[in-house]
Amino acid sequence: MSTTIKEVQIGDVGAQAATHMDGERMALNVGPSHPTTHGVLRLMMELDGDLITRCEPVVGYLHRGDEKIAENMTYNQFVPYTDRLDYLAPLANNVAYAITVERLAGVELPERCEAIRVLICEMARISSHLLGMGVFGMDAGAWTPFMYTFTEREKLYTLFEELTGARFTTSFTRIGGVARDIPDGWLPKVEKFVDELPKAVDEVEKLLTRNRIFLDRTEDIGTISKEDAIAYGITGPNLRASGVDLDLRKDKPYSGYEKYDFDVPIGTKGDCYDRYLVRIEEVRQSILIIKQVIASMPGGLWYAEDARKIFAPPKDKIMSSMEELIQNFMIVTEGPQVPPGEVYFEAENPKGALGFYLVSKGGGVPYRLKIRAPSFCNLSILEKLVPGHMLSDITVILGSLDFVMGECDR
Amino acid sequence: MIDEDFVKSVLSGRDFLSLIHQNDCLTLNCEPESIGEFCLFLRDEQTFDLLVDLTAIDHGTDADIRFSVVVHLYSLIHKSYLRIHINCTDNESPVAPSLSSVFPAANWHEREVFDMFGIQFTDHPNMKRILMWDDYPYFPLRKEFPLAGIDVPLPAADVSEVTGAKVEPAPMMGGPFVSSVTGRMSEAEPRAKDESWTEDIEKPL
Repeated sequence: MSTTIKEVQIGDVGAQAATHMDGERMALNVGPSHPTTHGVLRLMMELDGDLITRCEPVVGYLHRGDEKIAENMTYNQFVPYTDRLDYLAPLANNVAYAITVERLAGVELPERCEAIRVLICEMARISSHLLGMGVFGMDAGAWTPFMYTFTEREKLYTLFEELTGARFTTSFTRIGGVARDIPDGWLPKVEKFVDELPKAVDEVEKLLTRNRIFLDRTEDIGTISKEDAIAYGITGPNLRASGVDLDLRKDKPYSGYEKYDFDVPIGTKGDCYDRYLVRIEEVRQSILIIKQVIASMPGGLWYAEDARKIFAPPKDKIMSSMEELIQNFMIVTEGPQVPPGEVYFEAENPKGALGFYLVSKGGGVPYRLKIRAPSFCNLSILEKLVPGHMLSDITVILGSLDFVMGECDR
Repeated sequence: MIDEDFVKSVLSGRDFLSLIHQNDCLTLNCEPESIGEFCLFLRDEQTFDLLVDLTAIDHGTDADIRFSVVVHLYSLIHKSYLRIHINCTDNESPVAPSLSSVFPAANWHEREVFDMFGIQFTDHPNMKRILMWDDYPYFPLRKEFPLAGIDVPLPAADVSEVTGAKVEPAPMMGGPFVSSVTGRMSEAEPRAKDESWTEDIEKPL
């Protein structure tokens, strides 16, 4: 006689446990001041044990009204405010903003200016990704890589200081050019830095890329599908990690990016690990771009000389010629003269596509300046991405998205 | 490719559209009633599936149409942007249709537009402020809102009630120094934008 075995359905047991737990959901607030949130992001979560069932991100704690301020000052006066958007890559923000205004004003830049801008953009990208990688390791419990990446960032900051006079708030671009030419002997220093950097990146990779603990913490965690990434307007390394081939440096080249040869790394799964890998590879590609820029650095002027109502003339001419003195006075008091119209420009910044939508009614002050912040858009997916993960995954997911609240809240 | 044929094919048979210009990218004006359907067409048939930006413009207190919503879409296939202006009909309490069912990315952008301009988006799943706190009474990016800000109670109502403390305008006397582009030469000297108040004269509300 055969015995009948009662089938036990695991699913039912799970469902029963879930209904039992239902009354015990817990609300948990993380932030706005919390080490995992990299700034002032607040997450309101609903937990079922260790499992997150709902997550509502709250932003705006760093809102300074940059767009309102922009409507009340001349174009050049706003450049320092762009430093404080993504304050880990101020040079790239400066460039993105300057190009937006120049597009509307129809300014043609000399090759040297464009090359300098590409150079500083890529240095900013390395600086931002070094921080992103180091802090991401720290979020996953690995302290040491952070020390390696910060040593390299320190060297970069020394180079920034030599070029712009400031380590952090660079304000290097002007509408129609950059603040000053490259100082003597600066390019060889940059070259030396990028020659040595791959060694440091290798060391970070040795510590993280095949690290079992790191892999366990990051693989298949926070997976963003291709469709979701596009639907939520995610850009930059986070989008490319999901397998979408969108790099504005390739697709909509600006500032002469089409002259340089580089690859765009693409992820396959879109999990936290892929986002880390994409950033590592982008650093290596940026090194290649910097080497090409230095090898082919054109001579000539670093500002648009023809744009007389846009870019202030050199100081020695202001002091010796009436025409230039008037020109300088008009640009300083009334601002660079930009014709009426509207323009939208996005630059491929380290965090994603930083866009400026500029509406001008003529004159030296913008009528409306909208800042499309990549971190803002990248964070909007949290509501969908986080539920279903464990509480401890929060640190890794946030670290892998690599956002900056200064830019998100504006 | 975004060429003349593309523009013609998009415009033909769609009365709710009108071409504004093609300076930096194709710019269309769309009637608010048809924007949802048009965006579905752009997303599914024309590969404009990435909503990169959604914002609004305040054309000034005395403009016929005061508020318009501006949408920027990007196509990964065409490698091109497309801009759509949507005029809000009511100047007092402007309303626009929400795009968040077509593009989830629009959700936060529309909340920001509501926060800054007070434009209500119909059928939005979560129409509340995003950058300012929930009880904030003003819409800061409207043109009549002063740069320095306006007195408001603290976000924490209980604290505000006991202490009487409030959020005060920034002490900047109307903001940075700019000169007026038009007007008399004697008034073209760089000066503070709003000189109606100083440390001594209280700011008019």
